[in-house]
Amino acid sequence: MTNRVLMKGNEVIAEAAIRAGCRHYFGYPITPQTEIMHYMAKRMVEVGGCFVQAESEVAAINMVYGAAAAGARVLTSSSSPGISLKQEGMSYIAGAELPAVVVNIVRAGPGLGGILPAQGDYFQATKGGGHGDYRNIVIAPASIQELYEMTVAAFNLADQYRMLVMILGDGALGQMMEPVLFKEVEPNVSTEKLWAATGRHGKPEHNIITSIYIDPDMLEMKNRELVAKYAVVQKEETRFETLNLDGAEIVFTAFGTASRICRNVIRQAAEMGIKVGMIRPITLWPFPSEEIARIANLSHVKAFLDIELNAGQMVEDVRLAVNGKKPVHFYGRMGGNLPTQKEILDQLLAIQKGEVR
Amino acid sequence: MAIVFERTKGLTDKPFHFCPGCTHGIIHRIIAEVMCEMGILEDTIGVSSVGCTYNNYEYFACDMVQAAHGRAPAVATGIKRVHPENMVFTYQGDGDLASIGAAEILHAAARGEKISVFFVNNAVYGMTSGQMAPTTLLGQVTTTSPFGRDSAVQGFPINVSELLSVLPGAVYIERVSLNNYKNIQTAKRAIAKSFRVQQQKLGFSLIEFLSTCPTNWGKEPVESLRWVESDMMPQYPLGVFKGKDLKV
Repeated sequence: MTNRVLMKGNEVIAEAAIRAGCRHYFGYPITPQTEIMHYMAKRMVEVGGCFVQAESEVAAINMVYGAAAAGARVLTSSSSPGISLKQEGMSYIAGAELPAVVVNIVRAGPGLGGILPAQGDYFQATKGGGHGDYRNIVIAPASIQELYEMTVAAFNLADQYRMLVMILGDGALGQMMEPVLFKEVEPNVSTEKLWAATGRHGKPEHNIITSIYIDPDMLEMKNRELVAKYAVVQKEETRFETLNLDGAEIVFTAFGTASRICRNVIRQAAEMGIKVGMIRPITLWPFPSEEIARIANLSHVKAFLDIELNAGQMVEDVRLAVNGKKPVHFYGRMGGNLPTQKEILDQLLAIQKGEVR
Repeated sequence: MAIVFERTKGLTDKPFHFCPGCTHGIIHRIIAEVMCEMGILEDTIGVSSVGCTYNNYEYFACDMVQAAHGRAPAVATGIKRVHPENMVFTYQGDGDLASIGAAEILHAAARGEKISVFFVNNAVYGMTSGQMAPTTLLGQVTTTSPFGRDSAVQGFPINVSELLSVLPGAVYIERVSLNNYKNIQTAKRAIAKSFRVQQQKLGFSLIEFLSTCPTNWGKEPVESLRWVESDMMPQYPLGVFKGKDLKV
């Protein structure tokens, strides 16, 4: 007997957070992440946690900052325009080295854009978004089961590195249903937070949570500490999946929902005698550059085809990793549209015939 | 020899950086004294904001969290929801609270968030060198209202205490001043009452302090204290705007 249940992606994220020990949620309504809020509004009462509907995304992320500073496991969720508003707070969270989990169920942009699935927030998620030199860990699950496992992992990573971890989904992953197995949650990393502002209670020194360093040398020292921490994260926490690379002539690079379509195309292409493989980054930052470079050096690999639900964002990191060794092609759809298998297959055929340069 | 006066244990040994004649220092001292006198220093978590007191986490001896500009009430909400038994206060200026943080303070009050807000009104942006604040008086000359604040162009001052006092979630709101000994004692009692409101979990409270900024007002310290009374108080009358009959 298994405990598989059929659930929506958004609800699975919320349940995963609860199972990871998160008891504080702060959010502001926006489509298409709505079910996370609705689920939390009920579930937090059941588990004796705290749910606050904030007056804005700006307030919500600052409530997250406060709760994280006070030592709690804390979650907020939103979608693209709301995540833009949270960027100020996310920069402060990075500066003050606070652990927090932020979910972005991406919708099409720019501006108010649309409410259908897209991946146009790749740049914002992986290249900063807010001000200053900092990084967030960005995880892009591709199935409901992975949403569960990666959301649990996100809380552990956040605590382990005192970093903000973003779950980057999209409207399709958030809204669709798949069976999910709520595996036992792995033992948490130590959640003892001696640095947190919990009240002094006899401590010899008071704890201070801050991101301001007026002295340039002090600030640079802080910057260097962050850089060193990020280097450890790059070494230890880069996650990816590879598929069908043996003898592959063309290799897909794709994440999240786009990678699901590519997976089907790989089977279709094999039936037609075209050898296609894939590398799917699970962490978008840290990015699996080394693995992509290794694949680029394989003699049977002739070209890469990057598929995204945007105008071409991750493809820039793919090209940096490939470093000119093989051609990197791109195909994307925007506006909330998904590429069909046929569209992608046509791209493969064109590359194979040398029609695409 | 008997000690007749000493630095309160609620403050660290770090020297204040405030300008001569600025009353921020007095506010810090009386908040710290109240924390010690009430025995809550070990239980209190303070929130610093952005402005002249951005670094008062170095002065208050309790645990402290520094917040982004205007966001202190949201940060305090997060802290208080994690530690409902602790005392949580924010220390905010008028630009921080009444301008960029207007939404956060309004909604923290509306939710009845069980925090103490110490709001310092000196009618000007101090840290960034004397720009017009939401609290700047009509006719007052600042670096961004060089011909005096004109209501036709720059609108009217915001009376924060009166504004928030209509919200049911705000249970205690008082405006105080530091321009003489008697008013400082009243201010100190107001701080203590605000913490008692928190201890009894009654709701949101805010103390508005009329404070001086001799540097940006271009006035001598004593002249500044007189100006608080002669010019600020007619616009910002002292008194209890909410919770007059509150028994705490």
